[in-house]
Amino acid sequence: MTEASLYDQILDFANRANPWPLYEKLRSQPVWQESDGTFVVSTYREIYALMHDPRLSSDMTNLLPQFADRVPPAEGPHSFITTDPPRHDVLRRLAMRQFGPPHRPDLIDKLTPALSAIVAGLIDKIAEKQEVDLVDEVAYPFPVAVICHLLGVPPEDEPKFSAWVNPIVNALARPTPEQAQARDDARQHMSNYMFELAQRRRTEPGDDMISGYVTDDGPDGRLEGGDLFATLMLLLIAGHETTVNLITNGWLTLQRHPDVLERLRTEPRFAIRLVEELLRYEPSVHILPFRTAVADIEIGDTTIRKGHPIAVMLASGNRDPECIPHADRFDPDRADNVHLSFAGGIHYCFGAPLARLEAQIALTQLAKRLHNPRLVADPPPYRPSPVLRGPIHLPIAYESILPS
Amino acid sequence: MTSMRVVVDLTKCEGYAQCAFLAPEAFRMVGDEALMFDPAPPDELQEKVLRAAAACPVQALQVDMADLPTPPPTATVSADGDDRLRHEGRIVIVGASLAGLKAAEQLRAEGFTGKLTMIGDEPEEPYDRPPLSKQVQTGWAASADTTLPRRRDIAADWKLGVAATGLDLEHNFVTLADGQHVGFDRLLIATGVRARPWFVPEEAGLDGVFTIRTRADATGLRERLLAKPRRVLVIGSGFTGSEMASVCVELGIPVTVAEAGPAPLAGALGGVIGRIAADIMREHGVDLRVNTRVDSLQGEDGRLRRALLSDGTTLDVDVAVVALGGIRNVEWLQGSNLAVGMWGVACDAGCRAFDANGLVTDDVFVAGDVARQPQPMFGYQFLAMEHWGNSVTQAQVAAHNMISGKTDRWPHLEVSAFWSLQFGNNIKSVGVPVIADQIAITQGSVDKRQFVAAYGYKGRVVGAVAWNQGKWLDFYEKLIEQAAPFPPPYDMTNPPADPTPVPAEFPAMTYPGRDATVVVTGHDPSERRATLVRGRR
Repeated sequence: MTEASLYDQILDFANRANPWPLYEKLRSQPVWQESDGTFVVSTYREIYALMHDPRLSSDMTNLLPQFADRVPPAEGPHSFITTDPPRHDVLRRLAMRQFGPPHRPDLIDKLTPALSAIVAGLIDKIAEKQEVDLVDEVAYPFPVAVICHLLGVPPEDEPKFSAWVNPIVNALARPTPEQAQARDDARQHMSNYMFELAQRRRTEPGDDMISGYVTDDGPDGRLEGGDLFATLMLLLIAGHETTVNLITNGWLTLQRHPDVLERLRTEPRFAIRLVEELLRYEPSVHILPFRTAVADIEIGDTTIRKGHPIAVMLASGNRDPECIPHADRFDPDRADNVHLSFAGGIHYCFGAPLARLEAQIALTQLAKRLHNPRLVADPPPYRPSPVLRGPIHLPIAYESILPS
Repeated sequence: MTSMRVVVDLTKCEGYAQCAFLAPEAFRMVGDEALMFDPAPPDELQEKVLRAAAACPVQALQVDMADLPTPPPTATVSADGDDRLRHEGRIVIVGASLAGLKAAEQLRAEGFTGKLTMIGDEPEEPYDRPPLSKQVQTGWAASADTTLPRRRDIAADWKLGVAATGLDLEHNFVTLADGQHVGFDRLLIATGVRARPWFVPEEAGLDGVFTIRTRADATGLRERLLAKPRRVLVIGSGFTGSEMASVCVELGIPVTVAEAGPAPLAGALGGVIGRIAADIMREHGVDLRVNTRVDSLQGEDGRLRRALLSDGTTLDVDVAVVALGGIRNVEWLQGSNLAVGMWGVACDAGCRAFDANGLVTDDVFVAGDVARQPQPMFGYQFLAMEHWGNSVTQAQVAAHNMISGKTDRWPHLEVSAFWSLQFGNNIKSVGVPVIADQIAITQGSVDKRQFVAAYGYKGRVVGAVAWNQGKWLDFYEKLIEQAAPFPPPYDMTNPPADPTPVPAEFPAMTYPGRDATVVVTGHDPSERRATLVRGRR
């Protein structure tokens, strides 16, 4: 038995807290072929090129049969994240119609005061304590409240979702049979719930996104049946899991760079560029694990074979010194920050503007209100997933909470 | 206190809409991926605009230096560079528009600390022209608000509102219209093009006849469109003409387009794409007349009233927009003995101007619409690329080479790109489609107006156009750079109904250089010299 490959070491939970040295080794060769047939792409230029390459596919039915066990079973319709054009373009446009421009251009902008109020309320709640888990108290409940509000999920139903989302996320890369079963059960529960909710909104619509999906027809028609549920599940999961990591990774990084934390406390608008650098330096999504190719792709002195699985190592690309000056330095003053953390091309993160605002608001308020904060554990314990990477808990201590 | 100034590099923009989400008052999506922006958003939007700028995934959004740390010079001391020139030299830039400004910024960014003079015949600071035929005409932005943002302090001596009238290369000075002489160690020629006026001067002078190139043009046209003319006649259907037709449709003004050729956009994108553009125009209610010339424009009391077309019809019109391309601003260089003509100013790949002998100069550089440069990727042809992005990259290369030694010179090898927004469609192109002999649809659906087509010349990819599918163009840019085979021999996602290559149907190429008349004198190689003879165009 040979030594575990670099990719296997990256997937190994033991390396979750610090995968960066492994990424650096990985980048010595832009594309690796794993013994199981997977191609692993880790350098900035090659990742950027792949994401704009029309031979790259997100539709896992394009995998060769021998790799079929590598992905969630294709039961029912897919959301835009797992489809290719032209279907992708229609599904994404239908989903976007209720979320952003051109049809609802100011939905997210108008949400800004509500976002601030939610964070302020969450911080108020920990005023009596001096030690908390930042994940449980702020980083998790904040984006969950926001996505549920946007979609029109009643707040009292929020806790159900955590129970459903976790098994789905935990099964993203190479699930065990038990993990796969838990994932499938969770999807079933969620799908049933969304079906009932959509029925209710059809008869009593509000100004939430689900109401829009079930009542407001655009030029592409309407999101219906399985397409609607696939989209809603995607938005809920992405809304739950990625911003949590961004806020948590962000706070962890700020505590490790006290000078930067101090600037966030005092410099107006500092959060804007800070969050872009946090996205680059500690992204929420480390790997795009589900890609394949509809034709051979010659890239980085390698030929990625048609129908093979491709893992795109976004976090590694963000620290590629060939393209990013002083890539390992956390530098919020960085100009032209063109990180890969929201991917690129047609699959660019749907919720990126919301995630940015949420992180800017949450981190600024935390910086201004936590008096003398410090980490209780460094590194903190991490979530299992190598794909959506972040601390599962972030215990912090502070002297007091300042008024907002 | 001026308001913020904003420009979006729409060559880079891929339509991710982050700006439109975060500052919806200042950035607006048209369709899935086309962007319109307010070039001067009010101060109270500053925070949102900065948020939008930071979020742009391709960093295409440029704002004033406000709130940005000034980046340090990226100066690399060049091995054989001329330190005196870098620190004490005199650099003159003639042409205070996009290319001139970008060159100035690049010079300072690379550590040029000498004297910098900017000369422009228009009275304004450099401003952005693309909005003049788009958001300025629909009333979303004022033409006075399109001043280009400054990425850094360029500390220039500005001479605005005074044209350069001559160039003396024996003593290295530029003559200005007011009689001043401005001496230089390095000169950048960036005088661009002006709109080609209507052929008949008396008719061109009628009230209601417009060209559209300058701020003043745009302001006058906007006022006239606001007055709800009975009908607008657009003469010519290249990008500017087509965009103007689109504006009229958006404003609800009846519009006729007279195109002498077989289809709109055919000159830039060929007849196959031209027919698609024609269909779209007609679907939007434009009265498009192809293969039709305007025989005369007629007025009453000095105001435009009618147009007579070569198809025998007479149109009652109050406004005519003459969109027949540009004339390169080179008249001031006649007598300089540089290789200038209606084709522009010829230069090498490093932007160094050629003199009339075809010898490269060391101290005169060219950039922007007026520059005609060899294109190694496209058969080494000398081509002028009148595109926004070309002005930027060419200016940067010219500026770098002006203050660098010969071992540190850069060639300008960017794959040219351009965009147009019309009838809700985002049209983007890379490469040099005009040299192509064939075109093939490679992705998507022409019927749905969402497709990519590749252009080929002798079996190599030389260009591509994307119709509401701009996020794929990076891929085609690489195919061009790699001299990939045409048609691209790969399966792709979203294959078209019919990928078969067909003739691209470009009008026959004309080689403007052939019109040059040169007289050669002297016998011995040491004394033979060429002189350009000015004469018939």
